[in-house]
Amino acid sequence: MKVKEPKIVAFLCNWCSYAGADLAGVSRIQYPPNIRVIRVPCSSRVNPLFILKALQEGVDGVLVAGCHPGDCHYISGNYLARRKFTIFKNLLDYLGIEKDRVHFTWISAAEGARFAEIVKEVTERVKKLGPVKRLVKNRSA
Amino acid sequence: MSKHLKVEVKNGKIKEAINFFLIELLKKNLVSALLVPRELPSKDNVVQSLVSQPDELKNADVFAPVLPVNSARIISEMTRLGSGKASVGAILRSCEIRALIELVKLKQASLDNLLIIGIDCPGTYSVKDYKALCQQGIYPEDELFKNLKKGMEDVRIREACKVCEYPVPSNSDLTFGFLGVDFEKNIFFQANTSKGEKILDRFSYLEFDGLKIREEFIFKYLKQKIKKRDELFALTQKEVKGWENLISFFSACINCHNCMKVCPVCYCRECFFESACFEFNGDKYLNWAKKKGSIKMPKDTALFHLGRMAHMATSCVGCGACEEACPNNIPLLKVFKTVAHNVQEIFQYVPGKKLQEPLPLTTFKEDELQRVGED
Repeated sequence: MKVKEPKIVAFLCNWCSYAGADLAGVSRIQYPPNIRVIRVPCSSRVNPLFILKALQEGVDGVLVAGCHPGDCHYISGNYLARRKFTIFKNLLDYLGIEKDRVHFTWISAAEGARFAEIVKEVTERVKKLGPVKRLVKNRSA
Repeated sequence: MSKHLKVEVKNGKIKEAINFFLIELLKKNLVSALLVPRELPSKDNVVQSLVSQPDELKNADVFAPVLPVNSARIISEMTRLGSGKASVGAILRSCEIRALIELVKLKQASLDNLLIIGIDCPGTYSVKDYKALCQQGIYPEDELFKNLKKGMEDVRIREACKVCEYPVPSNSDLTFGFLGVDFEKNIFFQANTSKGEKILDRFSYLEFDGLKIREEFIFKYLKQKIKKRDELFALTQKEVKGWENLISFFSACINCHNCMKVCPVCYCRECFFESACFEFNGDKYLNWAKKKGSIKMPKDTALFHLGRMAHMATSCVGCGACEEACPNNIPLLKVFKTVAHNVQEIFQYVPGKKLQEPLPLTTFKEDELQRVGED
């Protein structure tokens, strides 16, 4: 049987990571077509609820990317996002949801190659976990 | 800056000694009104009241071991749009003061013109149990003191209180203490701020000399509580680990949002979970049911709790008001408290400890959490 290709939602910050993805495209760097990009103004715009909801609705993984620490377009958004995601990761870990489903990373506008690299890695790790089925389909959920 | 005095208790009537003091506070015009719990006419519960006339304090019952509401919410209601010009005294337990401090940080309450009188709290009964005890002719307060004297804990007190590591109030101007004190003879008043000192200066109480015994008692007492708390953490983690266990934990939820409404630190004026984002038409529901085979109705209950958890975990004071309010008896406290404890440990943040300490999510350090985003 063919392995089902995972679906990954990628929240990319407008100023760095989205531009990084753009650069990867312009430079014709190949990366897995599993991600669905959602452009957000800043990584700190991503409410942990977005991630929960995405997983609940059946995506297999979530990637959140923002500017490198110190480079935030809004000066400190990514520092706050970093705290927020630390809390969220801890929560997921505590609740026993696989760590590799949710990724948080930094990609600058000049890092097209890094963007492709990260998408590759995330896709592989999510693929290893298998489909998110048990998150969405069970007795009463 | 602290002053320790003892107040004589006549014939073992602790309540009267306190009420006498409160009446004097009003008579001497040291505060213009007091927020105190008063016994209901039915005598089986208490209700918070804002009292300005001394003779209205006759049925005040500050030690009644029951928490019908976390009064931080009431203070927030009174001060959110600005404190009154005259000073108000509020008698609060530790969990209420800690929640209040969090609300002040969230700009939902003000401490201006507020005199915080904290009381020792070895635990409270749920409203239902309190009522049942009263109806059996047992006076819950006596029960509490009786057990305390024997060095035992009543098994009937709320889970939140059994694992509470803050029986002694912090951040209060005045403290009424009886833990580790021979409370049949006297109780202990402590002024923690100059505001509190000025008030105690107007009374001619004797110096308290059992401070060391009290401290030793509290030290031992806390050790027991923390042991119990850690046991609960371990058990809870096992119970909810894994998505399926988690879902089944919350499966009785009917989305009434009572837990959110009574939560003292859940501060949003408009809740996202009550917004139009969660209103769908019939086809949408049918689609979901088709896609997943079945969906639990009402929908999005686990999402609500997880969202609330992610949002409130840094400020949760563990008062247990959420589980008290749950119509379906979901034991929410243990999950919230465990998650909150883990999260608060990361930032070494203790909610309600220090007014000047910013909320973890409103601040950052450049050189912290370096590993995030690297793995």
